[in-house]
Amino acid sequence: MSAEPAMRAAETAGESIVLRVSRYLPGRDAEPVPRDYEVPLREEWSVLDGLNHVKDVLDGSLAYRWSCRMGICGSCGMTVNGEPRLTCGTFLSEFAPGPVVVEPLRGFAVIRDLVVDIEPFLGKLASVTPWLVRNGAEPPPDAEFAQTPEQLGAYKQFSMCINCMLCYSACPVYALDEDFLGPAAIALAQRYNLDSRDMGAAARFDVLAAAGGVWDCTYVGECSAACPKGVDPAGAIQQYKLTAAMETVRRFLLPKGAR
Amino acid sequence: MAREGRAGPRRRPVEPFLWLLFSGGGMAAAVLVPVLVLLFGVVFPLAGGPPYDHLRAVAAHPLTRVALLGLAVLAFFHWAHRFRFAVEHGLGLGRLDRLIAPLCYGAALAGSAAAAHVLFLTL
Repeated sequence: MSAEPAMRAAETAGESIVLRVSRYLPGRDAEPVPRDYEVPLREEWSVLDGLNHVKDVLDGSLAYRWSCRMGICGSCGMTVNGEPRLTCGTFLSEFAPGPVVVEPLRGFAVIRDLVVDIEPFLGKLASVTPWLVRNGAEPPPDAEFAQTPEQLGAYKQFSMCINCMLCYSACPVYALDEDFLGPAAIALAQRYNLDSRDMGAAARFDVLAAAGGVWDCTYVGECSAACPKGVDPAGAIQQYKLTAAMETVRRFLLPKGAR
Repeated sequence: MAREGRAGPRRRPVEPFLWLLFSGGGMAAAVLVPVLVLLFGVVFPLAGGPPYDHLRAVAAHPLTRVALLGLAVLAFFHWAHRFRFAVEHGLGLGRLDRLIAPLCYGAALAGSAAAAHVLFLTL
């Protein structure tokens, strides 16, 4: 490739920044070890670009997840200088002169290097029945189910979640108790609870108001601060606490037959 | 590298009711306390308030007593809930919830009884 030497020259001529990457290989390392890599510091390079440079040029054994590079897929969440961030939306220049410390997302078991185990999170997501429940009242497959802008607005914000798990990593309650259902799963439940087409709120109540549900949240709000998509899971949880409390009072006061 | 499992606070079926008291207490305190502080802390000392006998008669009115008791009870339970989680989450003592929660809500109950005593027996 003829462009290659020119590109290399530009890299050596420009500034660089140190990526301090957490490396962990089960069987070899007892615990994660930080390792420094010097990468070009370019204004338009994100932390993910830096990691890709490490993988392509410096050390092909580095393991991490990424896909879209544009804040849509939710794969590249990592701890950057102590904060949960999408590495594709976090730029190296923000941390100049460095080093940029890149660690796996906190709060999750590490499989290798920067790759964490997302199975517990996927289980939590699935537990809130995250689809439209129609209780036998399915409309014909070719029917449109029209909604007013108000009905759409009621849940649209909570549908923006990309499952990047930054909110779990930021949540101090989840850090203490891994059984906590957590911000994204509760926000996702609200996304369907507040949808005018959905009939599954009663089934979700049994999960959301049970042990590990909304009552574990103490409204610290770090989840909403960490969210790269403006979903406000903390707001969703607070909103549902009132709903759940009212439902509990109703079940407590009303005789069984009237529920 | 498996995550260490840690025991969280114990859950009770009364949790929604405790949260309602907490929530109501926060709301009542946010609405009423600034008014009381403004009146008794700023306006009356500076501009001169109603005479003592008049204020005492207002405070002794049954509706005032009930309202003040409601404010005190809710504020006590608001404190208890917040303090419980500050200790359990902030200090990482969630495994002692069986001890901490009864102490916190018990203190709120004791405070409520003291408030009732002051408002209905000594006022």
